[in-house]
Amino acid sequence: MLAIKLAYRNLIGAGLRTWLNVFVLSLSFLVIIWHRGIINGWDRQARNDTMNQEIGGGQYWHENYDPYDPFTLTDAHGIIHEKLQSDDNYAPVLVAQATIYPGGRVQSVLLKGIEPAQKVLTIPTEYLESDAVEIPVMLGSRMAENNKLKIGDFVTVRWRDANGTFDAADAKVVHIFKTNVPMIDNGQMWVSLKRLQKIMQMDGEATMVVTSQDITSAQDLPHWLFKDYSILLKEFDEMIKMKNVGGLVMWFVLLLLAWIAIFDTQVLSIFRRQKEIGTDIALGMTRGQVIRIFTIEGAMHGILAAILAAIYGAPLLYLQAVKGMSMPEGTDDMGLVISDTIYPYYTIGLVVVTAMVVLITTTIVSFLPTRRISKMNPTDAIRGKIQ
Amino acid sequence: MENSKIISIEGLIKWFPIGGGKFTALNDINLTFGKGEFAGLVGPSGSGKTTLLNIIGSLDAPSEGKATVLGQSIGELSHKKAAKLRNEHLGFIFQTYNLLPVYSVYENVEFPLLLLGKNAEERKKAVMDALEWVGLTDKIKSRPAQLSGGECQRVAVARAMVKKPVIVLADEPTANLDAENSHNILQTMEKLNSELKTTFIFATHDEKVKKYLHRKVSLFDGKVSQDELVEKVGNG
Ligand SMILES: Nc1ncnc2c1ncn2[C@@H]1O[C@H](COP(=O)(O)OP(=O)(O)OP(=O)(O)O)[C@@H](O)[C@H]1O
Ligand SMILES: [Mg+2]
Repeated sequence: MLAIKLAYRNLIGAGLRTWLNVFVLSLSFLVIIWHRGIINGWDRQARNDTMNQEIGGGQYWHENYDPYDPFTLTDAHGIIHEKLQSDDNYAPVLVAQATIYPGGRVQSVLLKGIEPAQKVLTIPTEYLESDAVEIPVMLGSRMAENNKLKIGDFVTVRWRDANGTFDAADAKVVHIFKTNVPMIDNGQMWVSLKRLQKIMQMDGEATMVVTSQDITSAQDLPHWLFKDYSILLKEFDEMIKMKNVGGLVMWFVLLLLAWIAIFDTQVLSIFRRQKEIGTDIALGMTRGQVIRIFTIEGAMHGILAAILAAIYGAPLLYLQAVKGMSMPEGTDDMGLVISDTIYPYYTIGLVVVTAMVVLITTTIVSFLPTRRISKMNPTDAIRGKIQ
Repeated sequence: MENSKIISIEGLIKWFPIGGGKFTALNDINLTFGKGEFAGLVGPSGSGKTTLLNIIGSLDAPSEGKATVLGQSIGELSHKKAAKLRNEHLGFIFQTYNLLPVYSVYENVEFPLLLLGKNAEERKKAVMDALEWVGLTDKIKSRPAQLSGGECQRVAVARAMVKKPVIVLADEPTANLDAENSHNILQTMEKLNSELKTTFIFATHDEKVKKYLHRKVSLFDGKVSQDELVEKVGNG
């Protein structure tokens, strides 16, 4: 109790110096939480986008479909099971390989046929509803940019139908949509399901059927195997995990900075306050008591910083979680796609764990330099002699 | 006056390691001090006054020989026991005041009482009494940085006296003071000495202090060269 009282008195007595230290520490508190919040928010957003735009609640795959082996695509289609016909809960997708010739270049693409009126995925398939002679197609913005295609452009598409016959036609870009999900963008060309079935000679057939997010588990059907979203997100989750290793390194670096700040403060203050330490000892304090006071002072910095961070940081973090943070352009070249605006996501767990880790470690870090005190010779310390 | 010996020093030698060898700062000191003495260690700079005070104050240990303070053998005490001895029975006044800079005058004087575990009421009364002795009751909220040198020294005296220790060790308590302040402080100490029977041991080469001493122990080159009682001629 005495140690706490004296530590408190020392801290408050030191006034501005204490508050500067506390402020710096509270900043690192906030940056650590904020940084985790951004990563969490980003992961969540990417996961939601992937589910909304690509995966749905799950997918029925045609038994021959293997997304890792494009050569199986020619066989990976079949008549859509009667239970899986297009409606609010099911969106059949036919996948076919094709080649396009944008601006004289050759580029192989996946044609994806989907019902324009579908409600399962949140991509603007309604643009595909058209009777034009040219095949109306829709592209993601990255795909469009890579192939220098704009809305209204024509591009020659060449494919091999169900009978193995090559055929070609002009496609017209009717829409370009922005998405953060690379799997529905890069190398993909969206067409109306009926149109694709027709040109492929695959009437009534599909490669997979995406289910709405109301259907997250289902039995396999003859020739159609159900994959729930957790299976489909496995790769995505692994990518996130890998990315999080990088995030963890960053987290550790930020924590390290906080430690260095505290350690530095402590070392300096023990050095600067030698005379005070000597005086304390001469007045009858044991070294243990002095060490306890210095350690508690360091730990109190952490506690005050947490309180301060909560006072000015909580509204800031909250505001940003609601308003989102706009990311600079071009950040999506870093492997995983980042959306334009990230909404940081903070959990109670994140805040509590961060607070605990910072408090416990700052206490330890505060303690380390105090070992100097026990080596101090009080008669030298009283004179404030530099050792 | 010297009926009970509260400090006794026998064959005390103190050397410091210097480079490869030793430097002998105190050489074969034999001294005793009784309760209520108002004594001073005098001698030129480097003669060992501070070193001897530090040993009596259990801040340092003898290299050889024996120093017994209030029945406790300095040098054989653990850190904890030494701290307890200082806390309960000794008061220090340093040449450089050594006030705690972030505490107010009141808090500085209160500090030894906190260490002794006195309750708030006892503390308040004792602190106000001590500040009254040194005439600083109007500055209780000031920080040391806001005080003059004389005022700081008076706070240091109040801090040493507040717990009414058995022995006060004062190392050059007037070195930074003008004549008037020196006399004020010395008169205060003299008063406390006669009222509370507190033993004062000074280390000084200040002529003003020497005039107040009842006993002068002269040190020269680490040895006691003279030990004389001074006839009181009625100071102040
Ligand atoms: N820690 C130490 N290490 C080495 N030598 C020391 C140490 N402390 C004191 N000395 C030496 O011991 C001698 C006595 O020192 P001390 O401080 O006791 O002198 P003093 O009589 O108090 O002098 P002053 O009047 O200048 O304060 C000096 O020569 C000093 O250099
Ligand atoms: Mg000295």
